[in-house]
Amino acid sequence: MLLRLSELAPLARIGCIVLFLLLAASTSVALLRRFRPPTHLSELAARVRSWWLMAGVFFAVLVASDAVALVFFAFLSFWALKEYVTLLHTRPADHHGLLLTFLAIPVQYLWIGIRWYGMFIIFIPVYMFLILPMQLVLGKETRGFVASASQMHWGLMAFVFGLSHMGFLLNLPGPAGSAVHGRTLLVFLVFVVEMSDVLQYVWGKGWGRHKILPTISPQKTWEGFLGGIASAVVLSLPMRFLTPFSLAETALVAFLITLAGFCGGAVMSAIKRDFGVKDFGETIPGHGGMVDRVDSLCYAAPVFFHYVRYFHT
Amino acid sequence: MTGRDLVQMLFFVLCIKPFMALFIGLRVRGKVHLPQTDPFILVANHTSHLDTVSLLSLFPLKRLRHIQPVAAADYFERNRYIAGFTRTCFNILAIARREITPENDPVQRMVACLQAGKSLLLFPEGTRGAGTDIAPFRSGVARVLEQVPNIPVVPAYLVNMGRSLPKGKYLPVPNGTSYAETHCYNKG
Repeated sequence: MLLRLSELAPLARIGCIVLFLLLAASTSVALLRRFRPPTHLSELAARVRSWWLMAGVFFAVLVASDAVALVFFAFLSFWALKEYVTLLHTRPADHHGLLLTFLAIPVQYLWIGIRWYGMFIIFIPVYMFLILPMQLVLGKETRGFVASASQMHWGLMAFVFGLSHMGFLLNLPGPAGSAVHGRTLLVFLVFVVEMSDVLQYVWGKGWGRHKILPTISPQKTWEGFLGGIASAVVLSLPMRFLTPFSLAETALVAFLITLAGFCGGAVMSAIKRDFGVKDFGETIPGHGGMVDRVDSLCYAAPVFFHYVRYFHT
Repeated sequence: MTGRDLVQMLFFVLCIKPFMALFIGLRVRGKVHLPQTDPFILVANHTSHLDTVSLLSLFPLKRLRHIQPVAAADYFERNRYIAGFTRTCFNILAIARREITPENDPVQRMVACLQAGKSLLLFPEGTRGAGTDIAPFRSGVARVLEQVPNIPVVPAYLVNMGRSLPKGKYLPVPNGTSYAETHCYNKG
């Protein structure tokens, strides 16, 4: 059910660091409350509370067995895809196509579970791409066909294929004799990307002046973007013990995945603007929907996974 | 409490409640308007089999045995397996839609049910609609209230159920945030 002690050592270290950061965040919110009216802080406080919960669940998953972790990631994909499908203007003829789309989730995670890399990497980009439109043909409605087929497949690529790369990280072996393994890489990815999200928000709130994508995401600023990514890269350096990277390489990888994460957030923002919603849902108090939290990971996870797989396995 | 009540409670706690929470993701607005005491009549728009399931899932387990969804006998008791399932797991009050006789008069059966202290779940459209339009209501609720005027009637509006499980389909997909919205009611 649980990992061996030697595998736990780096996870325990990062666990203590995250615990410290969360305590610092909660303390800051409590201190801020003494100086400002609490109404302005309720969202921030809800955000920090949700971070406690998310970090707790994530670390519980990290020390659990592969099967438990994969079921967790499958649920993450399911919930994100569900929030996305909810926004789509689906047609009555799409019903079975949607069913097929959701059925692809357990199948995709099954490939990860049986460590079949070849199938994992082509199942959604090739086979689902071929099968899904044919299922829609059986719906016998041509009007809106291209829109339906494309929207569904896009959702599969982003929320099932993209996010499932976090699951396949679990399968990656670490270099012989080192404490690094798939789970430490996973925690490095999630830690750096999520810290970058938080730091971009903090820099933007504090020093944001010049809008970077005014039509897509009015909240995002150049100051937030540059400050957030730079500080996340700096913060990633002491986390090098989770990875097989050299110091310079850690900075490079951190830069790559935070940049990818920014792109993910921007793309999901464009989707939200298109459908005229502020958030993807209200699953996580203070954050919005599940997609609002994992949007950057949809982009960063494949980039990180393929970098590690190409250069380090 | 009977064995049937227990089976229904188990069915709801093991299947329906997790299914509604994790798969469909049902949200509720105006839960304060749900009646706390029986009997009452809960009326709602009807687009999907999920309607009955989601309305029943709003109530605590121990109250399920007091609530009877009013259902068409020609559909929900069309064979004995389906009848066994709908009676055991949903506690339906099956009423006749055709060939009404004094013995099976739906209004009298509903009145008897309410007088016995049971609450009713009723879809006044009489059948499932295709889309978002609500069909004209049948007169059943009014005719029941003529005889038992002090029963509270609570309207509920269900959103997106027909997207998740439309008429004629048998497998549900989570499509659209499904809402159950209960409104204030006037007593008697």
